[in-house]
Amino acid sequence: MKTTPQTLDEFMAVALAMENEAVDRYSEFADMMEAHNNGEVAAMFRTMAGYEAKHAQQIMAEMGWQSAPAVPRERVCWPGYESPEAAPIDEVHYLMQPWHALQLARAAEQRAEAFFGQLAAMTTNDSVRKAALEMQAEEAEHVALVTAWMAKVPQPDSDWSEDPDPPRHVD
Amino acid sequence: MNDMVLAAPLRAADYKSDYKPIWCPGCGDYTVLSSLTKALAMIQRPPHEVAVVSGIGCSSRIPAYTTCYGFHGVHGRSLAAATGLKVARPDLTVIVTGGDGDGYSIGGNHFMHACRRNVDLTYIVMDNHVYGMTKGQASPTTEPDWDNKLSPGGTGIRAFNPLVIALAAGANFVARGFSGDPNGTAEIIAQAIRHPGFSFVEVMSPCVTFRPEQKQWKDLVREAPVQATDDPALAARRLMTDDGFNIGVLHAGNRNPYPTRMGRTATSVADLESEFEL
Amino acid sequence: MSLSPLSTSPGPAAPAAVPPPARTYSVAIAGSGGAGVMTAGTLLLDAAARAGLYGLMVRTSGPQIRGGEAAALLRLGPQPVVTLDDRFDLLLAIDWQNLHRFADEIPLGEGSLLVGDVDAGEAPEVLRRTGARLHALALKKTAKAAGGAWVNMIALGLAGTLAGVPAAALEAALRASWRRSEESLAPNVAALLQGVAMAQGLPGERPDPLLPRTDAPAGRWMLSGNEAAGCGALRGGVRFVAAYPITPATELLEWMAPALTRVGGTLLQAEDELASVNMIIGASYGGVPSLTATAGPGLALMTEAIGLAVTAEVPIVVVDVMRGGPSTGIPAKSEQSDLSFAVDGLHGDAPRLALAPSSIADCLTTTEWAVHLAEALQAPAIVLSDQFMGQSRAVIDRPPQADAAARRLTAPAPDATAGAAVPAYQRYLDTVTGISPMAVPGTPGTVYTADGLEHTERGIPSSQASDHRKQLDKRLRKLEQHDYGPRWADIEGDAELAVITFGSTTGAVREAVARAAVQGVALRLVSLRLLAPLRTEALAQALQGVRQVLVVEQNHGGQLLRYLRSRFDLPGRASGLHRPGPLPLRPGELCAAFIEWAAAHAPQEITA
Repeated sequence: MKTTPQTLDEFMAVALAMENEAVDRYSEFADMMEAHNNGEVAAMFRTMAGYEAKHAQQIMAEMGWQSAPAVPRERVCWPGYESPEAAPIDEVHYLMQPWHALQLARAAEQRAEAFFGQLAAMTTNDSVRKAALEMQAEEAEHVALVTAWMAKVPQPDSDWSEDPDPPRHVD
Repeated sequence: MNDMVLAAPLRAADYKSDYKPIWCPGCGDYTVLSSLTKALAMIQRPPHEVAVVSGIGCSSRIPAYTTCYGFHGVHGRSLAAATGLKVARPDLTVIVTGGDGDGYSIGGNHFMHACRRNVDLTYIVMDNHVYGMTKGQASPTTEPDWDNKLSPGGTGIRAFNPLVIALAAGANFVARGFSGDPNGTAEIIAQAIRHPGFSFVEVMSPCVTFRPEQKQWKDLVREAPVQATDDPALAARRLMTDDGFNIGVLHAGNRNPYPTRMGRTATSVADLESEFEL
Repeated sequence: MSLSPLSTSPGPAAPAAVPPPARTYSVAIAGSGGAGVMTAGTLLLDAAARAGLYGLMVRTSGPQIRGGEAAALLRLGPQPVVTLDDRFDLLLAIDWQNLHRFADEIPLGEGSLLVGDVDAGEAPEVLRRTGARLHALALKKTAKAAGGAWVNMIALGLAGTLAGVPAAALEAALRASWRRSEESLAPNVAALLQGVAMAQGLPGERPDPLLPRTDAPAGRWMLSGNEAAGCGALRGGVRFVAAYPITPATELLEWMAPALTRVGGTLLQAEDELASVNMIIGASYGGVPSLTATAGPGLALMTEAIGLAVTAEVPIVVVDVMRGGPSTGIPAKSEQSDLSFAVDGLHGDAPRLALAPSSIADCLTTTEWAVHLAEALQAPAIVLSDQFMGQSRAVIDRPPQADAAARRLTAPAPDATAGAAVPAYQRYLDTVTGISPMAVPGTPGTVYTADGLEHTERGIPSSQASDHRKQLDKRLRKLEQHDYGPRWADIEGDAELAVITFGSTTGAVREAVARAAVQGVALRLVSLRLLAPLRTEALAQALQGVRQVLVVEQNHGGQLLRYLRSRFDLPGRASGLHRPGPLPLRPGELCAAFIEWAAAHAPQEITA
């Protein structure tokens, strides 16, 4: 039976887990893009992984933690299967362009913002609510940053995913 | 080694090697790899005491992406190789990985007998209903009407139901996971490893290149509406009406695993030879 | 370096002056992630064909299934092209991503051209080191400016023009291939023509057009070796195929799936190779000519059943599209390392047919021949194709129709009205030819049980020495005594030094022999097409007057050399020139090796 975090410590542990999952996911995306010769997008994902890692470090520093505390299964109250901040694995494409990466990141931040908002509304613990609202505001800032970044990046053409060559045998 | 000294706990990252997978971006196998490493971190067995055995295909590339001992064998025979390994070396944790083509087509015979034999193995099949590595032919779990080059118009043959076969053949643990739920799948895999005997985990893992329509799976999967059962008959009835989208442990039985025989006795060869003496 | 024979003994006449082989142009188009280089390569080959030229296109790629680095390697010329050249005249790279991985496969020299995109950064050092002339052009930018066309269209126009293919042919190929909307075609045609203009504008580069033959026969074809083999199978009469996908044979099976249905046959996907080979034995037992295709690992699985086909005398054809071995090996690369296995790899004394096509065109005729032989001799035939031929495309002359259709000697229903008692049908009757009439299930009066157990002439299992001897002799005799005609090998020239080879290396060897002749070194070429049974008498005739032989093959162990030595007294001290895959043997290195070998074996001058 899943419940919202009951204490500030539990909440921050959940928030930290979210950031760490995002770091892992962005790093994985960066590796995938490198292996598929999509250097520009790989670099962007590396950068995003770096930002998330900084946020994770901030949380650790604030809480005085040396390592991420384990989160009990019942406290993992994300709406979907994964951390709201980790983009689903099937949303990348080997031909994706920087704009797509930013779109993906923005959606992640929006989900995180929504999650913290819901949590703030649902919790009965004042310190948890306060922290959740702060996090929500931070995520909103991130959304704005990514949106601004997106405006500077060319929008992909409608045929961006078309590859005239068929898939190949390797085994 | 002084086992009173508590080393720092192993993290999932400790089970992942530096080799970058060649899977297409978006492939479900990435998260299955992640689930496997998370599961191993829950078990806390050092990577050098774990062996990952595989066959041929995209999913079978996994061993080299872990820091465990790996065996990338020939097509369809991973269960046989893994059985040999585990029976000869019962002290190791042996995990078997592969795809639906490798496991249910050419590997079908070995699959049946591995379930029956109930050696303590964990078999993870990444099922994407297609032969990915050879560019898109129907596999045994492909829908009968899926058009492809080798069987134009579809095979017209009913899809294989691996969970039912596993149960009927005697698998002691039968579960289904979904690559879109890496943490849930990690839990299932950890449970499978801990469960004695042959543990079978079928993970639905979409193929973005040859079956892009499988993106819909995330909207169709659900947690199994009932608890796992240890009664094979009950599990069988449930599976016969299962629509292929129930996630979770479906059966966790009480069959005794294949007994360990190695090293049980230690008669010398010289003593044996006495039977020939006149 | 020229070499003239010094022998004082009468020998064959010195070779007549040989004109150098016709000029060809070799181009590589490389790129990754959606660049579409394979499509560009295929269109270039098509365009060359439209311009009356011939060509060969080989593909290479990284380990990714989509989007990884890839290159289309082409050689174009006025005569049929069966081998790559020593160097590429042009490497056009849409980007440099991981291209250094292909450096071995795309050799360049000082006469070569290296063209890249001005926005793609610097060419890899390994390519710059070759001394090729570098040009950086605005490929991607130009494509974008041409209304969002694909960059591979620029590449097609550029490469095609530098190769000497007329723009009209390039455009015609593009238009014919277009499957999308009319509106999207226009910018791509524009981009193609931009590419043409870029080539014409390259400073210092004035490519000569490749002149097509004036006597190029009408009705040429363009296809891959796998497709050719599939087509040959159908021509030969195959109507049942059981299939299991394996690189690099899968396309052969995928081509046959719809084709078989159209001619009234059928293809069935099997659960594995054990199943597929046993399925075709079953179908053939039923009277339907049957075939499967696989690669090394699959052939290994099929061996038990191939032995069954030998003993039960059931005709089947197994096409082995050889790849890097052993075991899983190098699936997407070529090698000739299954020869030992094909000629010997069965338990027991098990004679079988083994054939090897020597070019993409020959994949058709040799597979057809294999079907004919299997049916006529009621035996399994292994066809040793390889990845190089199987997965490459070429422009070929229309293949000739075979002289006669495949004929299985069947056993007719006995005449039941004759009155006298009908003798029991003897499926494995020992005949002069060794071939026994084979009953077709459904025929009254000729019921029998086929068996892998040794048997009497009636087909009853037997462990008797006399039966075993009789059947072993019969199964061997039927293959050995057959008249295979002149197709068993290609024998060219009459020099005292002979080069023996098989399969896809034949093209490179033939070109090397021609080059050596220009330099005054005469060599006889023997390319074996029928490897098992080995025609020892015919081989002895083919090697009459030969003092020394050099056996050339693409494997590590010198398999053909060992095989020939074990079955035949080769003249002199036979040597081997063998190198395993993945790199093909090229004419230049072969020619140099031949000349060196010939010099080492120059006949001794006899002083009075």
